[in-house]
Amino acid sequence: MNRTMACLTAMALCICSLAFAEKITVAGSTTVQPLAEKLALAYESVAPGVTVEITGGGSSVGVTSVGNGSVDLGACSRDVTQAEFERFPGLEALCIARDGIAIIVGPEVSVTNLSKSQVRDIFTGDISNWSEVGGPDEAIVLVSREEGSGTRSAFENIVLADAALISGAAVLQPSNGAVVTTVSTTPYSIGYVSFGYLNESVTALSVNGVAATVENAQAARYPIVRPLLLVAAGDASPLVQGWLDFIMSPAGQSIVEAEGYLPVGHVE
Amino acid sequence: MTAGGARRTAWQNCVFALFWLSGITAMAVMLAVVGYVMVKGIPEFSIDFFTTSPRGGLSGEGGIASTIVTTAYLVVMTMAIAAPLGTAAGIYLVEYAGNSRNRVATAFLKLSRFGIETLAGVPSIIFGLFGYALFVTAMHFGFSLLSAALAGACLVLPVVVRTAEEAFKSVPDAYREASLSLGATRWETIWKVVLPSATPGLTTGIILGVGRILSETAVFYVTLGGSCRTPTSIFSSGRTMALHVYYLAMETRAFDKAMATGAVLVILIIFVNLAINAVSKRLSAGGNRS
Amino acid sequence: MTRKGIIDEAMRVVLLCAGLASLSIVVLIGLFILRESLPAFHEIGVWNLLSGKEWRPGQGQFGLLPMIAGSGLVTLGAICLGLPLALCCGIFLAEIAPTWIRVVVRPSIELLAGIPSVVYGLFGLVVLVPAVRQIDYPGNAGFGLLSASIVLAVMILPTIASVSEVAIRSVPDEYRQGALALGSTRWEMIRRVVLPAARSGILSAVVLGLGRALGETIAMIMVIGNSVMMPTTMGGPLPGIFLSRARTLTGNIAVEMSYATGLHSSALFATGVVLFVLIMIVNSAARALMSRNVRGGRP
Repeated sequence: MNRTMACLTAMALCICSLAFAEKITVAGSTTVQPLAEKLALAYESVAPGVTVEITGGGSSVGVTSVGNGSVDLGACSRDVTQAEFERFPGLEALCIARDGIAIIVGPEVSVTNLSKSQVRDIFTGDISNWSEVGGPDEAIVLVSREEGSGTRSAFENIVLADAALISGAAVLQPSNGAVVTTVSTTPYSIGYVSFGYLNESVTALSVNGVAATVENAQAARYPIVRPLLLVAAGDASPLVQGWLDFIMSPAGQSIVEAEGYLPVGHVE
Repeated sequence: MTAGGARRTAWQNCVFALFWLSGITAMAVMLAVVGYVMVKGIPEFSIDFFTTSPRGGLSGEGGIASTIVTTAYLVVMTMAIAAPLGTAAGIYLVEYAGNSRNRVATAFLKLSRFGIETLAGVPSIIFGLFGYALFVTAMHFGFSLLSAALAGACLVLPVVVRTAEEAFKSVPDAYREASLSLGATRWETIWKVVLPSATPGLTTGIILGVGRILSETAVFYVTLGGSCRTPTSIFSSGRTMALHVYYLAMETRAFDKAMATGAVLVILIIFVNLAINAVSKRLSAGGNRS
Repeated sequence: MTRKGIIDEAMRVVLLCAGLASLSIVVLIGLFILRESLPAFHEIGVWNLLSGKEWRPGQGQFGLLPMIAGSGLVTLGAICLGLPLALCCGIFLAEIAPTWIRVVVRPSIELLAGIPSVVYGLFGLVVLVPAVRQIDYPGNAGFGLLSASIVLAVMILPTIASVSEVAIRSVPDEYRQGALALGSTRWEMIRRVVLPAARSGILSAVVLGLGRALGETIAMIMVIGNSVMMPTTMGGPLPGIFLSRARTLTGNIAVEMSYATGLHSSALFATGVVLFVLIMIVNSAARALMSRNVRGGRP
């Protein structure tokens, strides 16, 4: 009995005495997450002793968490809304990159191009069969994101416009990665994801005849582009500012470009 | 044979055949699920799998090293909170309030029992909701091992208190009376006589709690965050193995890695169950000794 | 007071505090959740919350009916698929199976009851959803109530089977001997003597299974599709409703919790309250139904 107590106490002390390392915590957009992870790794090799911890959850989680003080930085893939500025006064947003939203389709879909209005009609549910847009005679399976997603808000603002709503029948997934997995394994499905998540498992449609590539987005030919932000509650601490400076530096921005996003600063 | 005996026996054989069928079907169904996971998952085991951390993002590469560490930390922290608290509460409920003829104490006892029973029936996501609102947000602990451990402790507390109560109740009164008649105080009796006797039962409760924490996902989904890194402090975020299965399945197409992690969890649960059985055997064997 | 006496008193106070702490955690959780949910009940109104068909927090609509329907239907499906099989398995193990089968199977069932729900969800995602997708029905994408019901049924199977098996085995042997001595066959003995005697234990098993079904979160998020619409038959026959996508009350909380603020957050707490009340109602109904059945039947 006494030995057990001693063991437990020792373990407890070990855990509590783990050094509170120099840590930057980031939460929010799953679009920004892989980019932030790469930027974090690069920064940690340059500034030893600093750790950056990144979790997902969606853009609204990012803004809410940083507003509540649960994390140092909130990652957001849409503009911070007026309501959020009112709820958490003092939020400061830094645009670290821009990103395109690609429309992806699952296996068996033969369509390769859609107009922006067709995309809109599909996602509101007005078009419900692939045959209406030149595909096979199968029902369209919509895959969308939860309401707190920045990708979803950006998509709604840019593609849907004038207060149209995404159909309630859509399968809702909580992250970009989950949308990719669902679309790539569900025949006749369609969804929207950030450029940074495109891989061989899904086909990205061209919209209005413009292919979903970084060059087209950079040249403003591709219509669905939005900013990627890191939001802080007030002035960033020197520790956090160090990372932000790195991200906006040519070294950081070249990582942005390498990952498939659009840099906003000078690229090395 | 009695009237209609042949017919009744034939009917019984029919029914029994049906039961055999249902028994076999039920077993087959349950084994199919676990078997599928093990068959798909075990081939993925390798030294690499257990020693590298997950890469995160879409790739699904890497292993489960950091998740093993996070799970271990979480189990230790949660039980460090729940075990003493639950055991102490069990001691009070059985040794003090249970014997008292005081109306207040009896009412308190009934209320506690009712509270513990209710808590045991609450869905785990409610604990997650509570943990997120109180520990992550209101107390500013953020997504961390601490928030998760506190929420998890609330979750396993009913299990620990219940088993502790059973364990203490099963200690024969003769032990207590003998100790008291030899001049020991109540606390000395509890500490030196009752607790050691009840240790196997208490251990069962703790192991049950550990099993619960290993298999729980919803609570930690909203309090732990999902970082792939190895945690460095109690305020670090992380993922348990169960959470890692979820993220792998949803965000990457690495279903085989998810199956492998699931297989690890199944093996751990097997060990937990074996441990419980071993302790229970010692419990019944020890009880016969006097 | 002697030193021993002081320690004795001190420890009594410490233990009292521990007991109070455990009790107060229950109270704290209950009060906290109620308090957080009050703004939602106040501003949205209990009736609107429970009967509203649209859940779009971005537009200020908070109707829980789709989620209540989702939880209800998926639990119904799981019970229909899993309960008969589980009870039969329990009866089989307790009364009919030879000892060597029982010795092998019982620990396996207990093991299965402890498997993490996320593993069941994984199985559902990888095996069941593509399989259900093969059913030729308009709008069927694999995700939906059927996949979720099957997953849930498999999850509650070990729970109900093991608890009911224990309950049946704990019926005293004298009951069985008496029935057999009066000339009944084994099946008649089981049906008329053992099962009614074990009814409260079997009832607990069912209630436990129901509780697990209603409270399951992670496995549901993975296979049910999380759509915010009311489950519909999509133009087909009534059973087709099980191929509809849906969302459960538990899934509602889990998916939206981390970013909800203000009224939305309060509505999620209200979802928690509704979930809890639903579980209480289902438990009480199950108890009432079971005891009414037996009282009305022949002894």
